[in-house]
Amino acid sequence: MSHFVQAVGASIPQLDSDEKVTGRAQYIADLWRPGMLHAAIVQSPHAHARIRGYDLQAALALPGVRAIVTGDDLDERHRMGAFIKDEPGFAKGKVRYVGEIVAAVAADTEAIARAAARLVRVDYEVLPAVTDPEAALQPGAPLVHDDAASYVKVFDAGTQGNVCSRTRLSEGDAAAAWAQCDVIVERRYQTQAQAHLSLEPCGALAEVDAQGRITLWSANQSVFRVQANVCESLGLPMTRLRCQTPRVGAGFGNKMEAHVQPVLVRLAMKARRTVRLILSREEDFETVRARHPFVIRMKTGAKRDGTLLAREVELILDGGAYGDDSPGVLGYALLMNVGPYNIPHVDAHGQVAYTHKMRFGAFRGFGVPQVTFASEQQIDEIAQQLGLDPIELRRRNLKTGNDPWFCGQQVASNGLTPCLAMVEHASGWQAARAARATRGAQGDKRIGYGVATSAHIGGLLASGAIVRMLEDGSVLLNTGAVDIGQGSNTVLTQICAEALQIAPEQVAIASPDTDGSPYNWGTTASRVTYVAGRSVVQAAAEVEKKLKQHASEMLECAVEDLELRAGGRVGLKGVPGRELPFAAISGRAHWAAGGPIIGSHSWVFDQKTVDPKRAVATGLPFQQIGIFSFTALVVEVEVDTLTGKVRVPRAWSAVDVGRAINPQLVTGQIEGAFVQGLGFALTEEMVWDGAKLANPTLMDYKIPTFAELPEVLKAYIVESHEPTGPFGAKSVGEIGMNAVAAAIANGVADAVGVRIDRLPMSGERVLQALQQAGVAA
Amino acid sequence: MKLELQINGEAAAVEAGLHDTLLTVLRDQLQLNAAKRGCNQGVCGVCTVNVDGWPARACLSLAHGCEGAQVRTLEGLNDTPRMQALQRAFTEAGAFQCGFCTPGMLVAAEALLAREPAPDAAAVKQALSGNLCRCTGYLKIVEAVLAAAAVLRQEAAA
Repeated sequence: MSHFVQAVGASIPQLDSDEKVTGRAQYIADLWRPGMLHAAIVQSPHAHARIRGYDLQAALALPGVRAIVTGDDLDERHRMGAFIKDEPGFAKGKVRYVGEIVAAVAADTEAIARAAARLVRVDYEVLPAVTDPEAALQPGAPLVHDDAASYVKVFDAGTQGNVCSRTRLSEGDAAAAWAQCDVIVERRYQTQAQAHLSLEPCGALAEVDAQGRITLWSANQSVFRVQANVCESLGLPMTRLRCQTPRVGAGFGNKMEAHVQPVLVRLAMKARRTVRLILSREEDFETVRARHPFVIRMKTGAKRDGTLLAREVELILDGGAYGDDSPGVLGYALLMNVGPYNIPHVDAHGQVAYTHKMRFGAFRGFGVPQVTFASEQQIDEIAQQLGLDPIELRRRNLKTGNDPWFCGQQVASNGLTPCLAMVEHASGWQAARAARATRGAQGDKRIGYGVATSAHIGGLLASGAIVRMLEDGSVLLNTGAVDIGQGSNTVLTQICAEALQIAPEQVAIASPDTDGSPYNWGTTASRVTYVAGRSVVQAAAEVEKKLKQHASEMLECAVEDLELRAGGRVGLKGVPGRELPFAAISGRAHWAAGGPIIGSHSWVFDQKTVDPKRAVATGLPFQQIGIFSFTALVVEVEVDTLTGKVRVPRAWSAVDVGRAINPQLVTGQIEGAFVQGLGFALTEEMVWDGAKLANPTLMDYKIPTFAELPEVLKAYIVESHEPTGPFGAKSVGEIGMNAVAAAIANGVADAVGVRIDRLPMSGERVLQALQQAGVAA
Repeated sequence: MKLELQINGEAAAVEAGLHDTLLTVLRDQLQLNAAKRGCNQGVCGVCTVNVDGWPARACLSLAHGCEGAQVRTLEGLNDTPRMQALQRAFTEAGAFQCGFCTPGMLVAAEALLAREPAPDAAAVKQALSGNLCRCTGYLKIVEAVLAAAAVLRQEAAA
């Protein structure tokens, strides 16, 4: 029996470390099955066209081609969508964006499949398209869906014409409050489409057995969402489809809802063979999904003493051709637009526009990096106009203690004040700003400092856990939560070990499988530690209860007199030698009395987002969202006034995570999110040439490299101990991204006195702003 | 076309067309799956293998062009003390999350330490600048390579 070490709070390495450092971890493209066929997709060359028919003769004539599926293999009645059921498994009847999947080929080799895909002829009737979201909302714009209002929806979306959804949240009376404001800032901002760029491209492998039951492995963030999407779009009963997962090469949101799984399953069913489909990098760029471009009109007002009084914001989101997670992103961005400040009068409203572009959906931050870019700049501008230090102005308005969130949800733990103090102190804020100088031979490099804060939820929807004690007293944990690389298997194992006071090595964690795992909505919304962690604690408590029941019979004592002892034993309180190892108890349960010990738990996050006494909400796509984590960030920014290039030499990021179950995994999330935020702020932008994505390659789409890593990047953990969290834990997955672009924009303004209202802050864009302001020649 | 390659110290007889890449041969014929396909364009570095002592993009290297070269993949470097020091350091530092870039990252780092046993942070960043990671933010990777180099120097001195 190994000795108990405290599991929670220990920076143990990821459980699958050996696999990953030896190259033995198996991702979807590493899976192989006997007799497996290979698939390739056919993509739409048009943004909007009616499909008149298909000519498959030449493709089918190619030796080695086994099956081809087209929209003719789909049933019009079956559509999928997290909020609005508007999307066929792949194009049916119409294409709605360049790159949309219109057909797929299964063949003996990938080369044959790709050659055959080029021979598939589709007869298109090209129709007018609209790719700009504001134009799409104008009367007379070409309709992306002929009758969007008729689709099944899971909430009051207000879908009509090209309006995919609309939401309004308000508190107080913003319209009346402007008259009481001494300073008002108002601007329009624009943010870009960002590609998730998981280094692993999306793919899937489907196997059909003799009874027609399908097993599907895919790169995914939720085996249960894969199952739901495939079954909804193909009209299959859920019992027909079993979903499993190999290791996943990261997600960031783009592997949560469907990508190639529906078309691949339909293809495998038609071929009656095992088929694997792996997208190329270009196909992944063009067909999966990306971060929503936002148009933000924002107005903020304050009193002379710095008290924030009113906010109005209007958002227009480019949703692309299908609803996907767009309604959720809009609702959440509106809920979070104020940031962690007390502003009494807020009117937040917006629309998602359907356009003839690829889907935009969930991406780390879920709309918050976009609204924070606007909001935190406005707060800085107010500080500047009032002659107040930006941190001081924020401190006067921060949510502290149990201040409720915008719309009224109670906050039980809030570590924002220490976060802000941490980065203020670590960066030497006061002294650094006082001493900010220039660099470079001609003094052409200006230094500035920017601050921003943000918050994020961890939560949403259902999760479960099953904890089984094996005969030898070791434990098998099964939650159905997919570890996409962030380390949730390790964290959940630590939580289980802590709850049962055994070493993490005594716990094995099962791989998610819709046949055997309890439901877990997914690895998204920064939720696994908090939501699945709570299930694990409760399921382990049930195991503890059953262990004690057995032990009370074995030791002939009352259950209340028993305690769990470190290292896997149940003992009589106050009597050190009187105890039983888990193995003895579990052996009895398996062979003599009571049956094997199994603990299970499932729940749905149920804290209400909107307090109807405080706020009015229309078209809110979620009623219960999650518990709040907080962050504060300071960056040092260097602006080259000759080229406009912005660099971040130093950064300090603090996050209130409630409790760090595994501190090294937590700092890994904070650092990784910061660098992804750096890409969002400075270099990353998907660019469309007309309706066609112009840069669907890593050559032309620039994510940060080692060269962009700041010389100093400090991640600080603040622990506010969330009372409802597993051992006090909240969330960390997304929050580190939220404030990055905003803080850098504030740093640029501090360095050169210019406000950038559009992302990314590329050299070209910053130089243009400098020239307009007369800072650069 | 038949072709004989030297892979991980052994002769490997493979079938390869003139346009087939080393990555295709490694993954599809030899089931050496440590090298990944990320962009197939030579940008992301997840396919990095060692060719005659230098890191190379397997996705851009034609299989026939590797005739006569000593090709080492992560599988073939796993048992070397230098790679093992890097693997331990990557594990302890948390220098990976999803792990998809890790094989390429390790092969590139091993080639650096073979040439330069005492790199500074700038040299590590320079040597790994052709390897992308979307998860970690790179910091822990730099720390891991520096830590492995320090351990190897200590072992060499002992």
